[in-house]
Amino acid sequence: MGNEIKFNEEAMATVNKIIARYPQGKQKSALLPVLHVAQAEFGGWLSPETMDYVASILNIKPIEVYEVASFYSMFNLKPVGKCLLEVCRTSSCWVRGAEDVVKHIEKRLGIKEGETTKDGMFTLKTVECLGSCGTAPMLQCGASYHENLTMEKVDALLDEYRAASKLRSYTDMDYKNTL
Amino acid sequence: MGKKLLIHNDKIPNIHTLNVYREHGGYASVEKALKSMTPNDVVEEVKKSGLRGRGGAGFPTGMKWSFLAKPEGVPRYLVCNADESEPGTFKDRYLMEKIPHALVEGMITSSYALGANTAYIYIRGEYFYVSRILEKAIEEAYAAGYLGKNILGTNYSLDLYVQVGGGAYICGEETALLESLEGKRGNPRIKPPFPAIAGLYGCPTVVNNVETIAAVCPIVMMGGDEYAKIGVGRSTGTKLISASGHINKPGVYEIELGLPVEEFIYSDEYCGGIINGRKMKAVIAGGSSVPILPAELILKNDKGEPRLMTYESLSEGGFATGTMLGSGGFMVYDETTSIVKNLYTLARFYHHESCGQCSPCREGTGWMEKILHRIVEGHGKPSDIDLLWDIQKKIEGNTICPLGDAAAWPVASAIRHFRHEFEEYINNPSKIKDVKHYYSVNQLAGA
Amino acid sequence: MAKVTIDGHSIEVPDGTTILQAARMIGGDIVPPTMCYYSKLKTSGGYCRTCIVKVTKGSEKDPRPMPKPVASCRTTVMDGMEVVNITSPEVLEARRGVVEFLLINHPLDCPICDQAGECHLQDLGYEHGLAKTRYDFPRRTFNTIDLGPYIKMHMTRCIMCFRCVKTADQITDYRVHGMLNRGDASEISTYIQKAIDNDFSGNIIDVCPVGALTDRTFRFKSRVWFTKPMDAHRNCTKCSGKVALWLKGNDVLRVTGRKDKWGEVEEFICNECRFEKKNVNDWTIEGPRHIDRHSVISANHYESLASLKLDIGKQQKALSTKK
Repeated sequence: MGNEIKFNEEAMATVNKIIARYPQGKQKSALLPVLHVAQAEFGGWLSPETMDYVASILNIKPIEVYEVASFYSMFNLKPVGKCLLEVCRTSSCWVRGAEDVVKHIEKRLGIKEGETTKDGMFTLKTVECLGSCGTAPMLQCGASYHENLTMEKVDALLDEYRAASKLRSYTDMDYKNTL
Repeated sequence: MGKKLLIHNDKIPNIHTLNVYREHGGYASVEKALKSMTPNDVVEEVKKSGLRGRGGAGFPTGMKWSFLAKPEGVPRYLVCNADESEPGTFKDRYLMEKIPHALVEGMITSSYALGANTAYIYIRGEYFYVSRILEKAIEEAYAAGYLGKNILGTNYSLDLYVQVGGGAYICGEETALLESLEGKRGNPRIKPPFPAIAGLYGCPTVVNNVETIAAVCPIVMMGGDEYAKIGVGRSTGTKLISASGHINKPGVYEIELGLPVEEFIYSDEYCGGIINGRKMKAVIAGGSSVPILPAELILKNDKGEPRLMTYESLSEGGFATGTMLGSGGFMVYDETTSIVKNLYTLARFYHHESCGQCSPCREGTGWMEKILHRIVEGHGKPSDIDLLWDIQKKIEGNTICPLGDAAAWPVASAIRHFRHEFEEYINNPSKIKDVKHYYSVNQLAGA
Repeated sequence: MAKVTIDGHSIEVPDGTTILQAARMIGGDIVPPTMCYYSKLKTSGGYCRTCIVKVTKGSEKDPRPMPKPVASCRTTVMDGMEVVNITSPEVLEARRGVVEFLLINHPLDCPICDQAGECHLQDLGYEHGLAKTRYDFPRRTFNTIDLGPYIKMHMTRCIMCFRCVKTADQITDYRVHGMLNRGDASEISTYIQKAIDNDFSGNIIDVCPVGALTDRTFRFKSRVWFTKPMDAHRNCTKCSGKVALWLKGNDVLRVTGRKDKWGEVEEFICNECRFEKKNVNDWTIEGPRHIDRHSVISANHYESLASLKLDIGKQQKALSTKK
C-alpha cells in the first residue's frame, strides 16, 4: 500500500459500477458498499484520509461518511490485524460453546478479546449473531464463515491463516462456508 | 412428510445455477405472470393466498402490496429485506445461498405485480459472500432475458441490484433499511409516512422479507386459493424454520404451518429431539425477540391443548403464557441451560444493536445489560429483579421502532417464567458462579 | 380543519397540525414537555419521547385508539381525534420513565453548568423526575472539547436531541459535526477535532436544550439568573440583528437569539452579533425581555411581583405533591 489514498483502476471500476446502481443524484446510496471496497483496498480499516477520499468520490461531506462508518460494526476505524477473527457470542452460539472458542483463541494467540497479536496477524473480536445459529459455534474471518467449530478446526484455521499471511476482507472472492 | 414449496430442491446439485434451476421448474412464475396475468392479477392471487410477512411481523403481504401508492410519473420500488439479523434466524441465508434464483425469480414476479422497474436486495454485510452468489444469479438472469429491458419480449423492464449493509441489526427494520440503502445511518424513520407512501428516495416502496418474496413464485404457479389450503386458519402456506440450540439436528426446515410443536422438536424428520437425550427446559420460538417459554408451555398452551406452529397457536394465551412465531428462529434450550446467563447474552445483543436515536431504548438497553451482567457475575441485588421488570416496562411501546419491544420482551418473559432462577443467582452467588451453563465444543463433538 | 380534543379541551386546527402544536394552541398544563422538537427546524422531534401522549380515538372516521403512545410532536391530528396527556396515569408513568432514562447518564453537574437556570432537562427533571436515582453504575463520560474559539462541548450532558445537527444542516451552509457511533456510545462530534467555523454556527448553542453546547465567551461569567435580559438590535448584514442581550450592570455578558415561551429562538442570529458585539454601545436597547417560563431566571427578574408570586406558588404546589 502506498501512502497516497487512491483506488487502483480495478477498484475504481468496481466503485463506478456500484454508483451506477442508483438513480442520478442518489450516489450517496453507494456509501456502504464503497466503504467496504475502501476498507479492503486500504489495509483493512478506514483512516480519516480514506473516509475523506470516499466522501470526495461520492461528492458528499466528510462528516456524512464518519457518521455512517462509525454506526456500522463492520467498519474498523482503527487498524486491525490481517485476519480479523469475529466469534459469534449470541445465544445459540453461546449455548454451544462460543466462550470456549474465544478462550481457546485467546490462549493460542496470547491476546485478549479486542486485542491484536504483536505481529499484526490476528485481531480477536466477539460479535453479535451472524446468522449461523444452526451451525454453532462459528467465527467469521473476512468473507468466510467457519462453522461447527471444534478446537482442532480452530487450530488448523489459525495455522492456515498464519501461513498464508494475507489480508482477509469481506469483499474477498475466495470465500469459504460450510452451511 | 409435509409439503415443501421453497427449498424442496435444495439438495439438487448445482441448483444455484440458472440452467439447473430452470430444469426444475424455475422461472415459470415469471413466464406465467408476465405473459398471462396483469400486475393486479398477481396482487389478487397473493391476497387470496393469505401469505403473511415472513420476516417476523406476520403482516398480510397482499394487504401491504395494496397500500402501495401509485402516483403518476413517480417510480416505485421493491426492496427485499435480506438483512436477517434476528438471533436464531438463518433461513434466508440458507435459501439465498442454496437457491439464489428462487429469490431472483420472486423479485421479478413481485416487482411486476407492484409496477416497480428498479428493485434492490438489501443484504446484511456479514453475508457478503451470499451477495456474491446472488450477484452471479442476477447476472445469469440478465443474460437469459429475465431481467433488463423488455423481459421475455414483453414491455416490462426491471433492473435488480444487491446492496450490502455494514453490520447493524436495526437495518432489518424496514425504514432503517431504507435509510441505510440511501447511504445513511440505520436510524428508523418516524412513521407515518409509511414506505408504501414515501419509502426509498421518498417514493412509494414495498419492503418484503426474502422468504415472503420467494413464496410469491409458488403462489403464482398454484394459485392463491390452493396455497391457502395449506396450513391452519389464518396461518397459510409453508414456513422456513431455523432450528438451533440443544437439538440433535439443527438446520433449516420447511414446514406446513400447523405442524404440532412437539412433532417439530422430537420427530427425526425435523429437530430430532434434545441432544444427549436430556430434558428440554425452554424454547424461544420465533427469534430472540419473542418471549421465551418453559417446556410445558411451548408444547401445550394454558388450556392443555397441543401447540401448533402457527401465528395464532403460538401466541395463544397472550404474553402471559404464549409467545410468537416471529421470524421462525426456533431456539431450544435443554435442562442444563442457565436462563439468566442466556438472557444476558440477549440483553448484551440489544444493547449493542440499539441505534441510539430514542432515549428509552438507547439508555434502557444498556441499563438492563449492566444489571444482568452484575447478576451473572454474582453481585446481583434482591431489588434487581423488580428493577429489570420496571425498566423493560418503560421501554416497551415507548420507542420509535420495535427494537425497544424486542429488547423488553425477552427480559419480561424470562422473569415471568423463570423468576426463581434470578433469585437463585442473587441469593447464592457462590454456588452459581462456577457452574458451567453451556456445552463445551468437544462435549458436543462427542455427542 | 380538524377538531381535536386533548385532555378534554377541544380546538379546531388546520389540517397537518401536530398534536403538540394543537396542545400549544390550547396552552396551559396540558402542553406536553419537549426536549428534541424545535418548530423552527424541519424533521425535528420524535427522538426523546418526552412528549408522548395516548390517542384514545383516532378520528371520527376511524375511531380506533392507537395501540402505543405516540410522539405528539410528530403525529398529525385527524378530525375527531381524542388525546390524553396529563389525564392519563399511563402517559405520566411512561414520561417519568423517559425522564429517568434521560437522566441516568447525565452528570447532574448543574452547580458548574452554564445552562443551569435555563436548562430544559432541569425543568423536566423537576416536573417529572424521581427524587432519587435507581441507576447505580458509573455514568458515561466524555472529554470536554472546544469546537473552535466560541463553542464548548460537554458531551456528557448531551441528550442526543439532534437539534444541533439539524441546525447545522438547515441554517449553516456546511455541516462538519454530526452524530457518531451507535446506541449509548453515540456522540456529537466532528470526528477529527476541528472548529465549527461558520457565520451561523453559534445557533447550535441556542438550540441545545441542555448544557452540552455552551458559549465560551460567557463561560463561568455569571449564573444566568443574575443577568438581565434585554431586547436589543443592531444593523447587521448577515442576520436580522434582533437579539437578547444578557446584561450585568452595563456589561454585555452574553448575546443570544430571542427565545419564545417554548424556549425556541424567534430568529437565528449570526456569530458576529452573538460573539463579537459585547459592548452595550453596539446595540439599540428596546427594553426588558419578557421571560415567560417559571424558571429561575424569571424568578429573579423584574417583572410584576404578582406574577412572581404566582410562579412561586406553583412551584410550592408542585413540591408538596411530590414524594
